[in-house]
Amino acid sequence: MTQMKWLTGAAFAAAALSSAAQAQTTLSMWYHGAGNEVEAKIINQIITDFNASQPDWKVELQSFPQAAYNDSVTAGALAGNLPDILDVDGPNMPNWAWAGYMQPLQIDESKIANFLPGPQGHYNGKLYSIGLWDAAVALVTRQSYLDELGLRKPTLEQPWTGDEFEAALKAAKDSGKFKYALDVGMAWTGEWYPYAFSPFLQSFGGDIVDRTSYTTAEGALNGDAAIAWGNWWQHLFKDGYAQATQDPADRDNGFNAGEYAFSWNGNWAALNALKAFPDTIFLPSPDFGHGPKIGAASWQFGVSAKSQHPDGASKFIEFALQDKYLADFSNGIGLIPPTPTSAAMTDNYKAGGPMAVFYDLTKAQALVRPVTPGYIVQAKVFEKAAADIANGADVVTTLDAAVDEINADIEKNNGYAPVN
Amino acid sequence: MASKFVLSNKTGWLMAGPAAFLIGCFIVLPFILAIGFSFTNQRLVSPNAADFTGLANYRQLLGISTLTLDPVKDDAGAVKMTAEGTPEYPSLRTYTRNNPDYPGLNGMREWFSFGSGGDARTYVLARDVVFLTAILNTFIFVIVVAPVQGALALGLALLINQKLRGINVFRAIYFMPVVVSIVVVSLLWRFFYDQQSGVLNNILGAVSFGAIPRVDWLGNPNTALGAIIFMSIWQAVGFHMVIWLSGLQTISPTLYEAAAIEGSSKWQTFRYITWPGLRNTAVLVMVVITMQAFGLFAQIDVMTKGGPLDATQTIVFQAVQRGYGKQDISGGSTISVILFVIVLSVSLLQRWLTREKK
Repeated sequence: MTQMKWLTGAAFAAAALSSAAQAQTTLSMWYHGAGNEVEAKIINQIITDFNASQPDWKVELQSFPQAAYNDSVTAGALAGNLPDILDVDGPNMPNWAWAGYMQPLQIDESKIANFLPGPQGHYNGKLYSIGLWDAAVALVTRQSYLDELGLRKPTLEQPWTGDEFEAALKAAKDSGKFKYALDVGMAWTGEWYPYAFSPFLQSFGGDIVDRTSYTTAEGALNGDAAIAWGNWWQHLFKDGYAQATQDPADRDNGFNAGEYAFSWNGNWAALNALKAFPDTIFLPSPDFGHGPKIGAASWQFGVSAKSQHPDGASKFIEFALQDKYLADFSNGIGLIPPTPTSAAMTDNYKAGGPMAVFYDLTKAQALVRPVTPGYIVQAKVFEKAAADIANGADVVTTLDAAVDEINADIEKNNGYAPVN
Repeated sequence: MASKFVLSNKTGWLMAGPAAFLIGCFIVLPFILAIGFSFTNQRLVSPNAADFTGLANYRQLLGISTLTLDPVKDDAGAVKMTAEGTPEYPSLRTYTRNNPDYPGLNGMREWFSFGSGGDARTYVLARDVVFLTAILNTFIFVIVVAPVQGALALGLALLINQKLRGINVFRAIYFMPVVVSIVVVSLLWRFFYDQQSGVLNNILGAVSFGAIPRVDWLGNPNTALGAIIFMSIWQAVGFHMVIWLSGLQTISPTLYEAAAIEGSSKWQTFRYITWPGLRNTAVLVMVVITMQAFGLFAQIDVMTKGGPLDATQTIVFQAVQRGYGKQDISGGSTISVILFVIVLSVSLLQRWLTREKK
């Protein structure tokens, strides 16, 4: 009898709960981080807090493994089946916005005024996406290496010049203490190449595509500056400063095992490096003539074009932009918090924190990848060019071919002109 | 009046129905669509409707042209020499980039070149060097894999076609790589071929007491395709061994008994009884290996991604790269159609070569 009563009670409670939920309009949301428990915990916390904070909207999350996420969105869009809220890798956003997958956010720009530039997803003059974090790359080494090799420690105000960097690599190589002087991460094929290597090209004065018009790569990717970059890039491998094919295990553990003097790596690997060598330091990118540059923009949130409730979806994204959540993500998975106030709340990025330098690096040097729907193709073309040049292909011919392929693609897409 | 073919085959049609429907949906229909797409500029992701572009995709992929150049001469009229002591030729770039005198060469690249009488040199230029390299690599792969894999499989089949204790253990061992997913096999072989810690380099170093230097099998343009060919032969040889085995077991034992009574040698038995009895099996094995070899993709995708320096580009890998990676459905479709034509021609040729001679 008591059991019966308990059951009725439970049924009643369930009914009450569901009727309360009925009053809220459901917003569907897709996220790329399936399988990462820490990430899931934080994002679920934000959703729970948001659903409890107001009576109108109820966000429901569906997570995908990162490898399958972009394909799922493409398939969902072709089937007319996208969620209200989705997340997007920063450089892909213009493609999705142009293709009509996404619509501009209904978030007042003053709300994100203090954000780093990388996490702000602007395309065609409108804000389409906003990130809760950014990522940055630095030249990782140890203070003891610099001392032994007799090298000046570069600063944000006075980074190494190209010549100083060259001298540093030579000193490291000549010391004979390292397997290779420099680890640029050749093992990480894919988006790492344009993300990590195109900033060198930009520091030389070239680029993947001409950013004033976005309609040609001629001159940008095969001009004198780009050829200078290509020759420099090739010499790294030809002269034995770095390896053109790298074992993934060497990429993950090589620096921590003392195999490399310098490693071009992201903030996500910083804690492990510090654990291996407490005197690990993170240096700014060298300046090859047009300023030191590093890549910017990571995963960001946006609203799908077909959403019936863009106002609610934007409200959720705005809710997620609170400093405490930005700090949670940073503490949870080591990413760079996008605002100074949230950075102050984190263990690693607060003033004097072990990784605070990354916040300053991304603030000072970050340059987003080309903001064009054609970037998806351009990134792959650049990746192949960088790999071929590293493997010894003729620099000028390779860059010319890359330019032709990028231009043919732009032409095939009517110049990627915005449709709406 | 329905024809007898339709009526008497009612049950047959019913049974074939589901399979025929699925094949139609997922193979025939997409292929017909691909033919259509290959004449357009269809994209995977785009707000723009596709336009009809005629043969532009085919011209872009297969465009070839030649250019004969005389070496650079100095003021005295003598041929200039490069540092390596070969005649110096004008830079191709001056002809293939924005040269109003050679509009047809715009955007082309050198595929290969050869000396053509005197000091002149003829350059074969292609619109899409990568794709032509992919075709060439695929043909090399097929030409090596088809005979070697077929012969090895036959050898294994003959070895295990004996009544020995525990012969099933050997059959299982040879067949094992076929059952394991090709992606897993490719990943494992990537470790085997590793320069620093790969098993292959360790073995070679051990048997030669360190005389053989460690080779970066997949990272060296000269060894990458060979490494993939070797691994592919090993992986699928068991499958064809089983087909050969089934062929061997259809040969009547009485023929072998008769041969034994006649005092035929082992080689004579094979030459005049086994081999003729395997005729149809041989045709099947060759056709299947050839078609599978033309479809080379998974090993490339997992192990080399077409690199280094395009040494392992293949036709199907290019089709997937372009159609999906670079969102160029029309380009990927065009490659599929070209591949279809190639495979069809080769299969027809094989059929003609192996026809029953009356």
